Amino acid sequence: MGIISSSIARKFAMALSGLFLVFFLGQHLTINLMAVFSPDLFNETSQFMGTNPLVQFLLQPILIFGVVFHFVMGFILEIKNRNARVKSYAKYKGSANASWASRNMIISGLVVLAFLGLHLYDFWIHEMTVKYVSGDMTGLVDPSDPTSGFRYFEETVHKFESPVRVGLYVLSFVLLAIHLWHGFASSFQSVGFNNKYSVALTKFAKVYSILIPVGFIFIAIYLHLNQLPH
Amino acid sequence: MSTLDSKIPEGPLADKWTNYKNKINLVNPANKRNIDIIVVGTGLAGGSAAATLAELGYNVKTFCYQDSPRRAHSIAAQGGINASKNYQGDGDSDYRLFYDTVKGGDYRSREANVYRLAEVSGSIIDQCVAQGVPFAREYGGLLDNRSFGGVLVSRTFYAKGQTGQQLLLGAYSAMNRQINRGKIQAFNRHEMLDVVKVDGKARGIIARNLITGEIERHSAHAVVLASGGYGNVFFLSTNAMGSNVTAGWRAHRRGAYFANPCYTQIHPTCIPVSGDHQSKLTLMSESLRNDGRIWVPKNMEDAVAIREGKKKPTDLSEEERDYYLERRYPAFGNLVPRDVASRAAKECCDAGFGVNKTGEAVYLDFASAITRYGKEQALIQGNHNPTDQEVYDLGRDVIETKYGNLFQMYEKIVDQNPYKTPMMIYPAVHYTMGGLWVDYNLQTTVEGLYATGECNFSDHGANRLGASALMQGLADGYFVLPYTIGDYLSHDIRTGKIPTDTPEFEAAEKEVTDRIDKLMNAAGTHSVDYYHKILGKIMWNKCGMSRNATDLASAIEEISALRKDFWANVRVPGTADGLNQELEKAGRVADFLELGELFAKDALDRNESAGGHYREESVELDGPQKGEALRDDENYKYVSAWEYKGEPKDAVLHKEDLVFENIKLVTRSYK
Amino acid sequence: MKLSLKVWRQQNAQSKGKMVTYPIDGIDGDMSFLEMMDVLNEQLNDKGEEPVVFDHDCREGICGSCSLQINGQPHGPDRLVTTCQLHMRTFNDGDEIVIEPFRAKAFPVIKDLMVDRSAFDRIQQAGGYVSVNTSGNTIDANATPIDKADADEAFYSAACIGCGACVAACKNASAMLFTAAKVSQYALLPQGQVEASTRVLNMVEQMDKEGFGNCTNTGACEIECPKGISLENIARMNREYLAASAKG
Repeated sequence: MGIISSSIARKFAMALSGLFLVFFLGQHLTINLMAVFSPDLFNETSQFMGTNPLVQFLLQPILIFGVVFHFVMGFILEIKNRNARVKSYAKYKGSANASWASRNMIISGLVVLAFLGLHLYDFWIHEMTVKYVSGDMTGLVDPSDPTSGFRYFEETVHKFESPVRVGLYVLSFVLLAIHLWHGFASSFQSVGFNNKYSVALTKFAKVYSILIPVGFIFIAIYLHLNQLPH
Repeated sequence: MSTLDSKIPEGPLADKWTNYKNKINLVNPANKRNIDIIVVGTGLAGGSAAATLAELGYNVKTFCYQDSPRRAHSIAAQGGINASKNYQGDGDSDYRLFYDTVKGGDYRSREANVYRLAEVSGSIIDQCVAQGVPFAREYGGLLDNRSFGGVLVSRTFYAKGQTGQQLLLGAYSAMNRQINRGKIQAFNRHEMLDVVKVDGKARGIIARNLITGEIERHSAHAVVLASGGYGNVFFLSTNAMGSNVTAGWRAHRRGAYFANPCYTQIHPTCIPVSGDHQSKLTLMSESLRNDGRIWVPKNMEDAVAIREGKKKPTDLSEEERDYYLERRYPAFGNLVPRDVASRAAKECCDAGFGVNKTGEAVYLDFASAITRYGKEQALIQGNHNPTDQEVYDLGRDVIETKYGNLFQMYEKIVDQNPYKTPMMIYPAVHYTMGGLWVDYNLQTTVEGLYATGECNFSDHGANRLGASALMQGLADGYFVLPYTIGDYLSHDIRTGKIPTDTPEFEAAEKEVTDRIDKLMNAAGTHSVDYYHKILGKIMWNKCGMSRNATDLASAIEEISALRKDFWANVRVPGTADGLNQELEKAGRVADFLELGELFAKDALDRNESAGGHYREESVELDGPQKGEALRDDENYKYVSAWEYKGEPKDAVLHKEDLVFENIKLVTRSYK
Repeated sequence: MKLSLKVWRQQNAQSKGKMVTYPIDGIDGDMSFLEMMDVLNEQLNDKGEEPVVFDHDCREGICGSCSLQINGQPHGPDRLVTTCQLHMRTFNDGDEIVIEPFRAKAFPVIKDLMVDRSAFDRIQQAGGYVSVNTSGNTIDANATPIDKADADEAFYSAACIGCGACVAACKNASAMLFTAAKVSQYALLPQGQVEASTRVLNMVEQMDKEGFGNCTNTGACEIECPKGISLENIARMNREYLAASAKG
C-alpha cells in the first residue's frame, strides 16, 4: 500500500478524502437548493454539470475515487481496529469517554453508503443510462423537441413523490449529520491541525455538519410537499 | 581494628576526584566489548549506570522486578535535584553544597565522597537537559530553582512535582537508546535472588523470572547493585510496594558489609495514616514547606475538640495556634531539615496536640501564603484595594501553579480541599541512608560487587537533605561508577566470558531453589502480609523516630522470634513454577525479617543522636539547645559496617572512622 | 460497604480465563481500590485460594504499574487518577464492580489482571531518546534558553506514566496518545530537533508493528488518561510524521 502503509498515513488519507467529500456535499447542496428557489437555474446547472467534459471526465472520476477510497479505507481501518482487541471487554463503557458519533462511524458510514446506493440508483444510473447508453446528451424532456425544456427538475420532483423514499432520505441525512459531526472536525486533528484556531474551526465544522444534512432534508421534504401536478 | 579500606585518594579535597580520574586504569574500546556487567535495579542509579556503561561499550544486562525500567521507584521523587550551579547567584558553590550535605547528614558521611558528589552535581543538570528533561524554566528561558529544607540557597532544579519521574525517564531513554543498539539486554520482571562469587569475586547472579518462575544464572565480570532502599522493613513507608532489601541483603550474606542500617529518614510531610487497611503512605513534597506553615492548636482542649470533630482548624484564631517550628527554630522556621521537622511533629502529637482521628497529624497551612501571594499579584495587576475574595482568588492561582498536582493528589486521598482547610501531615518512613558499605570506588567489601544510589550508605550520613537522593543516584550512575568500575575491569580484559556451568553457580542456584521450596512448603496458617505488618509495628514503635536501649533490645528478640514463626507458619499459596506474587513477597519479607534485627542492633550500638537516628538517652541537657538531639563525636564518629555471621544479631561490627579535615564538627543548629 | 466483585481470572497467557464473582464486605470509603483488592486477596489467601494477580507498585499514581478496567473504564470512573488513587468512596454500598485486565492485542494477559505492556518499551526503544553520551562536558544547561511555554508544554507531554489507559479506553486499542506524548516532548525542545524525523518515523513504525489499532479521534484516551495528556500531542505527532514523510 506504499504511502498508506502506516497508521498515521492511513488516518491522513482518510481525513483528506473525508474533507474532499465534505466539500463536495457543500457543492451538491448548493445546486440542489436551486431546485427550491429557481427550478430554471437548477436545470441549467444540472445540464452544465451533466455535459461539461471537465466535470464528467475529471471531477466525476475523482469524486468516485474519493467515495470509494473513503469507504474502502473505512472498512480496512475498521477491520484492523477490531483486530487490535482480540478479546473484548465484558463491560465496556464507551459512553463515558467518547461520543456515540465518534464510536460508531462505521454504522453511520454504512447507512450513508446504503443511502448512496439508493441515491445512485435514483439519479446517477438513470443519468448514465440516458447519456451514455442511449446517447441523449440534450437533457431535454423530449430530446426531439427543443422547446420541451430540461427534464432535471421534473425528474427530481417525481423522485420525491413516495413518502417512503423521502423517509429513507431523511433518515440517511440524520446519519450523515452524525457522521459529519465527528468526521469533519476530527479531520483537522488527523492532518495535524490542533491549535488556538481549533476551537473556532471545530465550531464551524459542527455547524456545517448540521446545516448540510438539514439542507438536504429540507429539500426532500419541500419537494415532497410541493409536487407538480401530473 | 578495622579491616575497612575506604580507598580515599590522597591530596586536597577539591583535587581528589580529578587526580583519581587521571591515574586510574582505562579499558580500551575493543576490550570493553568482551566485558559483561550486570546491573540490578533500573532506577536513577541503576538506569544511569547501565546506560553509561553501555555507551562506553560494555555489555550490560539489567534486572528489575517491575515490568519496565521506567517504573522504578525513583519515579516517585517529587521535589527536585540539587546542583551547585549557582545560577541564582546566591553564593552557592561545590564547597557549600558539600558543606550543607555533610552538616545536614550530621557529620556522619565521608568527606571525599560528598565533595565528589557536589563536584559532579552540575554535570548532572547539563546531562539531563541535553537528554531533553523538561525542567522548570523562568520566563527568560533559563532554568528555575527553588529552595529546600536545611539550606540557605536556591539550588534545587525541578520539574513541577515530578522531578524524579522526569529524571528517571531521562535515564530510561538513555537506556532505551542502548537497548536499541543491542548493548543493554533488559531482563524485566526478574528478581535477583543471590550473588555468585567465584574466587572471592562477584561474577554473576541468580535471578528468578517472575513470569515463568524459572531460576536463571547470569554471569558477568562485575555486578552493580542499584536496588534502592529498605524502608519497607517498616511495612508502611513511602516506598513502592515492591521496594525491597533482597538484593542488598543477599549480597550482605555473601560478604558485603551492611553499613549504618539504623539511619532512616522519616519524612515530615506525608499524608497521615487513615486506618488499618493502609498499604502504603503517600509523601507530599517537602517543597510544600516553602509556603506552608506547620502548626498544632496551642490549647489541648482545641486539639481534643478538633479530633472529635467539634471544631474545625479554620475556627482557631492566630493566637490559638502554635507554629511550633517557627517558634523553636526562628532561623530556619518551617524549612528545618527533615529529621528535625519530623521529630518536632512527633513530640507535638505525643504531647496530645495531634489533630486527626488518630491523633497523629499536624497542620500544614497555606492560608497565609495564599494571602501573601494574592496581595502581591493584586499589586502587580495594579489593584491597590483588592477585596478579600480577590486576594484569595489571585493567591490561590499562584499556589495552584506551584503545587496544583500535590493539592489535587491530597484531595483525592483525603477528600478535603487543601485550598480551604489546612492539610494534615504526619511523618513517614521515606529513605534509608544506610546500605551496603562501599569504598570511594563504590565497591562493597566483595570484590567486583558495586553498590550505587540508595542501596549504598555513602553520601548522606545520618540524614539526607531534600533533593539530594536524585543527585546521588545520578552522580553515581552517570559520573562516578563508570570510572571506578573501569579501573577494576581493566584487570579483567583477558578473563573471557564467565561460564555459568560451574560449581559456584550450581551451589548458589541450589540455595535459591531450596529457599523457595522451603517457603512454598511451610504450609502454615498466616499470610506473608500478616508477618510484614507485625514486623512493621515493631520497627515503627521501637526503631522509629525515637529510640531507646530497652525498646531496641526487645525489638531484636521480637524480630528474631517473629522470623522463626514466619519460617514455620507462613502460607504461600500457588506454585513456584509460574507467576506468584505471594512467593515474591515472602522472599522479600524473609529478608526484611533479618535486616530488621540488624537494624535494631545497629541502633542499639549507636548510643548517640545523629540525624535520623534519635536516642532518647542522648539529648542536650541544658544550654540554648536544651532538649535537642545530642551527637557524640567522641565515641560515635564512625561508620558501622556489619559483617554477616549467621544470625543477624551475631553480626560483627567493623568501624570506619570518619576523618574530617575540611569541616569543623559543630552542633547542628537550625535555631 | 458491601460489594460484589466480578473479577477476570486467568491462570496464564495460554489458558482461557473467565469472570469469577466474589462478594466482599467491610470496605471503607477511605480505602484505595487496590487496598480493597488487598482485602479480597487476604480473604482468598485465608481460604487457601490463589490471590488475584494485578500490577501495582508505587501506589501513589506515578509509576504507571497499576491498570485495571473497572466497570468498563480504565482506572475506574474517577478522572485524572490511577487505580491506586481511586478511592472506594467513589462507589456505593451494594455496587457490582466488574474488574478486567486492560485489553488489547498488543497487551497480552500474563495472569489474571496483569498484562504485558512491553510493547510500550519497544516503542520507546525505537526512538524515544536524544542521542547524547554521558560525558560530563555537554554544554552548560543554561546555554540554550528555552521558551517557558515550550518547556512547560514539553513537560505536560513528558508527564505520561505509560500505564496504557489510553490503549485500554480506545475502542481501537490505539497507542497514539502514548507515542505522541514522547514524540511531542522532544519535538517541543531544541535538544530533540536533530533526530526529530527519524524518531517519529521509527516510533510510529514500531507502534504499528506491535498491533495497536488506528486512531479515529474519539478522544477517549485524553479523557481517561490519569495524567491528562492532551489530544494536541496526537495532532503534533501527525504533523511531525507527515513532515518527516515528506522529507523522505
